[in-house]
Amino acid sequence: MIDRTLAPAFRQVENINIIKAAPFVLDNGIPVHVINGGQQDLVRIELVFNNVNWNVQKPLQAFAVNSLIAEGTSSSSAFQIAEKIDYYGAFLQNDYNYDASLVTLYTLSKHLDNVLPVLKEIVTDAVFPEEELETFKRNQKQKLLVNLEKNDFLCRRVFNNTLFGDTLYGYSSEAEDYNKVSRDELVEYFHLAYQPENCTIIVSGKVDDTILSLINKHLGRNWDKSLKAAHNVFSFPVKPGGFHYVEKPEALQSAIRVGQISVNRSHPDFPALQVLNTVLGGYFGSRLMANIREEKGYTYGIGSALVSLQHAGYFFIASEVGADVCSATMAEIEKEVNLLKTELIPEDELQLVKNYMLGSFLGSLENAFSHADKYKNILFSGLDYDYYDRYVKTVKEISAGTLLELARFYLDFDAFNKVVVGKK
Amino acid sequence: MVTFERFTLSNGLKVLVHEDHTTPMAVVNILYDVGARDENPGKTGFAHLFEHLMFGGSVNIPSYDEPLQRVGGENNAFTSNDITNYYITLPASNLETAFWLESDRMLSLAFSEKSLDVQRNVVSEEFKQRYLNQPYGDVWLKLRPLAYKEHSYRWATIGKELSHIEQASMEDVKAFFTRYYNPSNAVMVVGGDVKADEVHVLAEKWFGSIPAAEKPVRNIPQEPAQTEARKETIHADVPLNAIYIAFHMPDRNDSGYYETDLISDILSRGNSSRLFVSLIKNQKLFSEVNAYVTGSIDPGLFIIEGQIVDGVAVEDAEQAIWNELEKLKTERVPAEELTKVKNKIESTMVFAQMGLLDKAMNLAFFELLGDAGDLNSETERYLRVSAEDILKRAGSIFRRENSSTLLYLSNK
Repeated sequence: MIDRTLAPAFRQVENINIIKAAPFVLDNGIPVHVINGGQQDLVRIELVFNNVNWNVQKPLQAFAVNSLIAEGTSSSSAFQIAEKIDYYGAFLQNDYNYDASLVTLYTLSKHLDNVLPVLKEIVTDAVFPEEELETFKRNQKQKLLVNLEKNDFLCRRVFNNTLFGDTLYGYSSEAEDYNKVSRDELVEYFHLAYQPENCTIIVSGKVDDTILSLINKHLGRNWDKSLKAAHNVFSFPVKPGGFHYVEKPEALQSAIRVGQISVNRSHPDFPALQVLNTVLGGYFGSRLMANIREEKGYTYGIGSALVSLQHAGYFFIASEVGADVCSATMAEIEKEVNLLKTELIPEDELQLVKNYMLGSFLGSLENAFSHADKYKNILFSGLDYDYYDRYVKTVKEISAGTLLELARFYLDFDAFNKVVVGKK
Repeated sequence: MVTFERFTLSNGLKVLVHEDHTTPMAVVNILYDVGARDENPGKTGFAHLFEHLMFGGSVNIPSYDEPLQRVGGENNAFTSNDITNYYITLPASNLETAFWLESDRMLSLAFSEKSLDVQRNVVSEEFKQRYLNQPYGDVWLKLRPLAYKEHSYRWATIGKELSHIEQASMEDVKAFFTRYYNPSNAVMVVGGDVKADEVHVLAEKWFGSIPAAEKPVRNIPQEPAQTEARKETIHADVPLNAIYIAFHMPDRNDSGYYETDLISDILSRGNSSRLFVSLIKNQKLFSEVNAYVTGSIDPGLFIIEGQIVDGVAVEDAEQAIWNELEKLKTERVPAEELTKVKNKIESTMVFAQMGLLDKAMNLAFFELLGDAGDLNSETERYLRVSAEDILKRAGSIFRRENSSTLLYLSNK
């Protein structure tokens, strides 16, 4: 008979192998980073353009350009572009985030030569037809109306604006902003930002020389260097804590978000703070989950995170809780934050978190795409692969004493910005 | 191609092993053949509540999550109308921990009152967060009972109402466990950096001694053919008018499923799809529109849903959808367009092979449908569909008397 009360032996994760990016440069100077791995004959090609020239008078300029990039060129309509991509079973995706605008192509390698011309066409010759712009405005305004009915959306928006003001990181767009978007400002931004000078390419999947030469053939030629645009640069002072309440008399649940400006990945304390964050709210067994969901049943989920942007980092705790237990939840959050500053994390708990984080890190390296995502994290933070060595070393070695000091230095519940949408 | 080996323990537990040595991780996916369709109409939402209780400690192990996290593992689960699926991802070197944990909770739960109390609250909050406190969040609570009158698909996995969850008793929990959580009612898939013979040894060691029990027999009333169009209008505090149309369609094992799924792709997959181009871009009637299938094991639903542009008459928007459906019923899909949606299927299948957990889940689900090996002929089944098949299928599905329409109108 086996003794089912005894856990089997286990080992902490030892070896973590990251597929390193290999450098390559296109004829026109665009740097390419290649992550080669996997057995499936497919590739992901990401064109990353830094966001530039932030102007609060034209807050949607960069977002609209990214959204409409595939909606027409001087020789193809939006439909023709979509049809070509769809016909070859490829996927074209545009993403706009706080620091960059991305155009990503996913395709089976056998169709690469057929779909790369489409990618080239849209990033070099987008024309932003008026009619497509009108459709974009109409649909986005409708989407915004629906989102504004969601407490968690509203809560995040108020929180970000509190931390980052009317910069790209914190701006809350209104329907009126969509009305103001003009075709001219899109064309202007497109010519500034979507240029080889401002572009980095990440290729992942099963990448060989044939694929690289195809990429060079289509994206490396007849697309030349241009003037440099001004990269966005922001700096943010830590804002004094405050309470922001948006009342929703009919709410069944309240959305809560509390936190503060913090450090980003380029700061030496970042990996250690990730350990601290994991203990507090970064995994299913975290203190916030154990207390507020599993002990009290106030919520379906609660978590915390440390977010790294190019020009700032921030820390937050967020949840949606029963409207009647909103203030009770806030009190428990305060208690848990303060506990990290007053008591050492028990050795047993810390060991669990370390093992969990190492396993989770190993598991996050699932395929070539995820290795590429890991690389993007460091590339755009101005770091190199040493960062991950430091990360793993920190997770393995950090002591409860150091975490206590970090908590005292970085976490101050009174100084947090607190947002509640719903009922108090 | 997703390769696997398969064996069955003497207590009836089916085990599949998929070796993938490109990853240092392992997954253990256990599918129990029970979902919301197996619930009693007076106690809906129970299969899902029960899923939460599976994390409340088992007979010999007080905490499920803690020991798993300690070895670097993560887990989650979901409940659908058809199945309840649990999965673990962990470093392959610690695989045995997953066997220890999963086998103990298949053997027996701790049946803790505290866990039941807390999870009733947690699930109530989930109900509010996902279904009640969101614009349009309760659509499925309204649409299911409109489309299904007899079959237990007429309620959503979260349940018909909060009170059913609040009333769940420990007696219900124990009975449910005894009936459904036994080896013959489960499919286990172990994948990743593992060896089939080692998995066999571990399976015997940890699961072999769990007593066999009879596989429960399902007796669900099948939905009678719908004979007249159904329509319901609700008014709510939402910013925009929306429309949802549900049509009955074939079950997951029927070849008609593949035809219908391709139809949903023709209508709304990608920016060159028909509804996107016609209703959003050209006619400017909708700001969002989507067509998809539920893919359920018993005959499912084909859904078309859309948010209507402010100022457009709901009848005009509805008519425009029907015009597109009429076209599918009367005009053969051009060869090029059919190739397009098939190419998309093909590439999606290749991309899906990059995810270990996806592969494991799919193997378990296909084994439940009849044979895990069918996962590898899935693309082939789509490729076999002809333009003629699509024409016929569209004709049989897109009939007014086969439709249930929900108009979700703004109060403003």
